[in-house]
Amino acid sequence: MKRIIMGVLLAFLPFASNVYAEDPTDGGTINVAVQPEPPSLMIGMYSNATTQQVGGNIFEGLMRYDKDLKPHPALATSWENSEDGKTWTFKLKEGVVWHDGKPFTSADVVFSIDKMLREVNARLRTSLAFVESISATDDYTVVFKLKEPFGPFIRLFEVGTTPMMPKHIYEGTDFKLNPANHHPIGTGPFVFKEWKKGSFIHLAKNEKYHVKGLPHLDNIYWHVIPDAASRSVAFETGKIDVLPGGSVENFDVPRLTELDNACVTTDGWEFFSPHAWLWLNNRQGPTADKRFRQAIMYAMDREFAKSALWNNFGKIAKGPVGSKTAFFNSSLPDYEHNPEKAKALLKEMGYDGTPVRLMAMPYGETWQRWTEVIKQNLEEVGIKTKLVSTDVAGWNQKISDWDYDISFTYLYQYGDPALGVSRTYLSTNIAKGSPWNNAEGYKNEQVDKWFNEAATAFPDTKRADLYNKIQKQIVEDVPVAWLMELEFPTIYNCKVQNLIDSAIGINDAFGTAWIKK
Amino acid sequence: MSVQTLLYIGGRLVKGAVVLLVIAVFNFFLIRAAPGDPAKVLAGEAGATDEIFLQQLRDQFGLDEPLYYQLWVYVSNLMQFDMGMSYRQQMPVFDLIMERMPATLLLTGTAFLLSILLGVAAGVIAAAYHRKIWDSVITVAALIFYATPLFWLAMMASLFFSVYLEWLPSFGMQSVGEDLTGWQKITDIAMHLILPATTLGLFFTAVYARMTRTSMIETSRLDFVKTAKAKGMKPSRVTTHHVLRNALLPVVTLAGLQAGQLIGGAVLTETVFAWPGIGRLMFEALFQRDYNLLLGVFFISSALVVLFNLITDVIYLIVDPRIELSK
Repeated sequence: MKRIIMGVLLAFLPFASNVYAEDPTDGGTINVAVQPEPPSLMIGMYSNATTQQVGGNIFEGLMRYDKDLKPHPALATSWENSEDGKTWTFKLKEGVVWHDGKPFTSADVVFSIDKMLREVNARLRTSLAFVESISATDDYTVVFKLKEPFGPFIRLFEVGTTPMMPKHIYEGTDFKLNPANHHPIGTGPFVFKEWKKGSFIHLAKNEKYHVKGLPHLDNIYWHVIPDAASRSVAFETGKIDVLPGGSVENFDVPRLTELDNACVTTDGWEFFSPHAWLWLNNRQGPTADKRFRQAIMYAMDREFAKSALWNNFGKIAKGPVGSKTAFFNSSLPDYEHNPEKAKALLKEMGYDGTPVRLMAMPYGETWQRWTEVIKQNLEEVGIKTKLVSTDVAGWNQKISDWDYDISFTYLYQYGDPALGVSRTYLSTNIAKGSPWNNAEGYKNEQVDKWFNEAATAFPDTKRADLYNKIQKQIVEDVPVAWLMELEFPTIYNCKVQNLIDSAIGINDAFGTAWIKK
Repeated sequence: MSVQTLLYIGGRLVKGAVVLLVIAVFNFFLIRAAPGDPAKVLAGEAGATDEIFLQQLRDQFGLDEPLYYQLWVYVSNLMQFDMGMSYRQQMPVFDLIMERMPATLLLTGTAFLLSILLGVAAGVIAAAYHRKIWDSVITVAALIFYATPLFWLAMMASLFFSVYLEWLPSFGMQSVGEDLTGWQKITDIAMHLILPATTLGLFFTAVYARMTRTSMIETSRLDFVKTAKAKGMKPSRVTTHHVLRNALLPVVTLAGLQAGQLIGGAVLTETVFAWPGIGRLMFEALFQRDYNLLLGVFFISSALVVLFNLITDVIYLIVDPRIELSK
């Protein structure tokens, strides 16, 4: 007997959390701020935040996820897992067409995942290592055979991770140079119309969209406004309806949310759960000593930073796994703000006052201020710090060359520790050249072993046991100093209804959004 | 124009080409001295990456070739007027620059004309009313605009005229999605142009005003002005025909410098008002380490500086026949 994970009964109804108070009206235009200007809308190759935000309206994945990260149908209508956890069978929706009118079939799915994304998509490539074969058994059925059961498999199918690509356009071409990259063709609710570089990107309603009655909106304009203060002004003057999370400086958020007609939500980040921490270089200097790293945890006043810098949005991070991510262990010990404990630890290790370099992350004012807060916290317990500043390219370079003592970052968790957490702590992920791997240089064979087991353990209860052990050990070792689970409030004009209806928020299509007249 | 003048211009053009080549080579090395590379920035923004992805990007951009080879490719392409592809946007650099050219020229050109007209007029008035109330008003105003940071002025203007008074749009070059045509479209663009062009022009207006004023006052003390007055010429004619014409030389020099920057755009103004000009293109290319694009903007801007210096020199000849060409 097959274990049915998800039989779909009510296909394509909006998620249960969105109960309409009134009937949506069709028509209208929505203006959204976008910054930085995306390098491309080709979502399969570029996972840059703004590429995903715009591209998520043009392309679609096989599934969508609600706030609790439960999968719902998108291009796939149902999926089931075999009893040994190694075979997944997906049924696809019939009657779906690409924006150029060609039908969408299982051949596109196999091509997208097995050929194109495997070649050009860095994030999916890692997970595909667990997949033995992908095949189409008929036009609307795709079968994945896994080498081992791979727990996170069910979380791989949102549009950003696994967007479906048109085989008839890309097959046999150089994917990176295909002209369709400038004129993307997907199956999504909106079609690409025009991109005036430096000004705006225009998407229009897909009249042939496969979900009846959707989308409601006629047009989406993404406005490129490079200055954060000008984005605020654009919202204030009503020229912009939506400021995606993170697009204005935090100190402007309270002022904007108090405007008439301004609505604010922190929904739509559940899948990413951006996790911020301090990189601590585990290889050299005082940060190589575990006690020093623990002292940093006690020295930091994270509650202060949360209220002063983040308007109280977000949550203090307990450890490596975010509270919205699967297998989060809520019973971990706390590193409370305790300068005395920090001082005792420093004394115990015999810290001699060697200064450490603290490198700010060049991502705007908030991070600059946060660096100053941390500097003050560290100096309160007697850690000498030297501030280092650089631009984005220089910061990338320095982190990936391990040329730092302490710095900042935040990374997405992608709903599962095997997708978004283990990459930072596995010793096999220590390699110069990327600022997104184990750049701190943490090595713990036991943790490596548990992580590897946990990725393929079956069923989930076994995974949970392993991740509990992992979290305990890592929280004890403090390879990096966790700051916060960030929440970026999306600020929008209240006339926009149903703006966010999945766990990837603005990165998903505005397919069900509508404007109240 | 005499043969001598033409020869002079020809000689200057040849020298200019050599200067440009040297600048191009120098820029090439200068940009690569900054840490990071375009592949890493692109991948970095993605938040997830691996060596394979970086390698694919570097292969595609040709960043793995030895530096001297990259320089050779760059310079030889440049000789054929090919500025290469933007790494980030996967479009020819020349097209990207040309796409931004109209918006840039509209903004900087308007600001340029505005500042010359207003600045010279203000300077003339101030000089005419030397040590009187109008002189003080103009001098103080010029000093304020000269000393105020541009971005602050831009933000205040946008707060006052867009948020508070709601008279003018705060960003962009035209209303998006309204399909305007004819006069409606021109009016729409003009409305969008007012704030950025004024803020950008104010600084130079102040500079021209101060310079014209000083120069006028100095000239008006010279003997030939006294002679003109003694002849019984009308004071207004003395001002326009004798004083102003002679006082304009330093203004022309400065205008030449400003004109050289027309193409370079105005990073701050364009950023605050989201004006789709070349300044922003360049600024973003810098942070994205988009070498080819950045070099392309540098190259075109420096070519124009060279060209405008030449034009300025020729204008000298016309304005002041006493200036002779060196051989």
